[in-house]
Amino acid sequence: MRWAAAGAGGVVLLCWPLLVPPYFVFLTSLIVVNAIVAIGLNLLSGYTNQLSFGHAGFFAVGAYVAAVLTLRAPALPVVATLALAGLATALVGLALGIPCLRLEGLYLAMATLAFGFVVVEAILNLDWLTRGNDGLAVPAARLGPLALGSDAAKYYLVLGVGALMVAAAVNIARTRTGRALLAIRESEIAAQASGVHLAAYKTLAFAVSAFYTGVAGGLFAFVVGFISPDAFDVFLSVDFVAMIIVGGLGSIPGSIVGAAVITLLYDWLAAFQNYRPLLFGLILIGCMLFMPGGIASRMAKWTHQAQ
Amino acid sequence: MLGVEDLSISFGGLTALSGLSFEVAEREIFALIGPNGAGKSTVFNVVTGLSRPSAGRVRFRGEDLLVLAPHRIARRGIARTFQNTEVFRQLTALDNVLIGRHAQLRGGLLRGALGLPFVWREEAAARAAARALLDRVGLVGAAGVEAGSLPLGAQKRLEIARALAAAPRLLLLDEPAGGLNPTETQTLMELIRGLRDAEGLTVVVVEHDMELVMGISDRVLVLNYGREISSGSPREIAADPAVIEAYLGSEEA
Ligand SMILES: Nc1ncnc2c1ncn2[C@@H]1O[C@H](COP(=O)(O)OP(=O)(O)O)[C@@H](O)[C@H]1O
Ligand SMILES: [Mg+2]
Repeated sequence: MRWAAAGAGGVVLLCWPLLVPPYFVFLTSLIVVNAIVAIGLNLLSGYTNQLSFGHAGFFAVGAYVAAVLTLRAPALPVVATLALAGLATALVGLALGIPCLRLEGLYLAMATLAFGFVVVEAILNLDWLTRGNDGLAVPAARLGPLALGSDAAKYYLVLGVGALMVAAAVNIARTRTGRALLAIRESEIAAQASGVHLAAYKTLAFAVSAFYTGVAGGLFAFVVGFISPDAFDVFLSVDFVAMIIVGGLGSIPGSIVGAAVITLLYDWLAAFQNYRPLLFGLILIGCMLFMPGGIASRMAKWTHQAQ
Repeated sequence: MLGVEDLSISFGGLTALSGLSFEVAEREIFALIGPNGAGKSTVFNVVTGLSRPSAGRVRFRGEDLLVLAPHRIARRGIARTFQNTEVFRQLTALDNVLIGRHAQLRGGLLRGALGLPFVWREEAAARAAARALLDRVGLVGAAGVEAGSLPLGAQKRLEIARALAAAPRLLLLDEPAGGLNPTETQTLMELIRGLRDAEGLTVVVVEHDMELVMGISDRVLVLNYGREISSGSPREIAADPAVIEAYLGSEEA
């Protein structure tokens, strides 16, 4: 039953560009991109209890690395471009994570918030590379002889990479590393007494989280085809946090659902230009009040009751 | 096996331990007793690296523990439970025990992410071992239950299972009988004896329940205000006027 549902879902996802108009294909790509970020952020904040309000910064690093690589090294296959974007962002994550080891809660939130501003400033200052405020037009990703220019082609790229990253995250969450991260969230002293190296795992969480977000940033650059610093402001970081709160802290499926809900909500609220922040805020508050564990824990309760 | 020498530590102006020395032999069951606030838990915190003493030495099988980080001390074979329980509350009992096994497992980030067959084999074996440990402390029925929702006595036993999952040589139990009823305490005593007799574990236990202390300990050390006031066999301790004095003088006992 479960496998049948998953199989049917998989077939629908594969045929999606044939079933819906291009705009929805684009929107679905955005959902998957955001889901990758939400998973990365959840590994850091939901699993390890290290709050970040700076993930738009990691997202920007990944997007710009991918864009610049595609412009300067057009022959590079997109898989390598994305891997490099992820690795470069992971390095930035390490550079941020290590000094942040001493910080907790609000202080960590402030430091990551500041990091987000620093990245935008850096993009503006490196204008010989990034063209500053003018932004960068991102050429189509290349996979051997193929140029992934259409919405459908981009969608398949995003879907393929997304599926791999979801599978990897599920595996991480279910094995030793994921448990160590959760242990740190639950009790740092008991985690240490169980042999978990606190500093190493907290830093690892930063690096992995940044890797996910960097790869997603690279995908984002290809999906939208144009990036500029104003796309990566602090509100984007807040949106990412909203995704994991709405979806469920410490849940991989929750991250995906949260990303879908927030992305669609944004798209839908575009019709209410002026009221957008107001409605968005109200919906968020409602979610936190009535679904404190996020959609994931609500769904878990339902399936539990159904059994 | 465990040697504590001239240990002193203070918090602010308060001296929690001063000049404490004792030696625990291999396969010994050693009890630390004394009124509340005597410094018993502080001894555990120093041995496991959570608190740094102002003076003194702690050696484990010849190695200086005071230079090691807490997770390294755990990997040397010292596992503990906590007086006020430190279970991973939102995780299942089974996951709690699996985390106890952390240092025994090899699957890291990349191998885990790739889901290599080696990792799944290791995980399956770890799960089986964790269930066996839950069974041993009478919690196998609660494997899937969130640890935070278990009654206090069950959380105490879960912590023992988690500590045992690390396959330690030295087990530090901080008031393991707290929250247990007399029957459960009896079972606990048998468990502790079994760990020593069948597996050769060394156990240091902090406990207020005198029946347990007198029933299982080879030697007892009595602390008061951070100093040793008496030590010896349970029988010697029970007859020591200084001990009777300390206990009658405190509200707790
Ligand atoms: N981390 C700490 N910070 C401040 N005071 C502490 C700390 N740990 C223990 N103490 C104090 O040290 C004394 C001994 O505490 P503890 O070792 O917990 O006693 P026991 O376990 O024998 O009841 C108490 O007065 C306690 O308040
Ligand atoms: Mg105590």
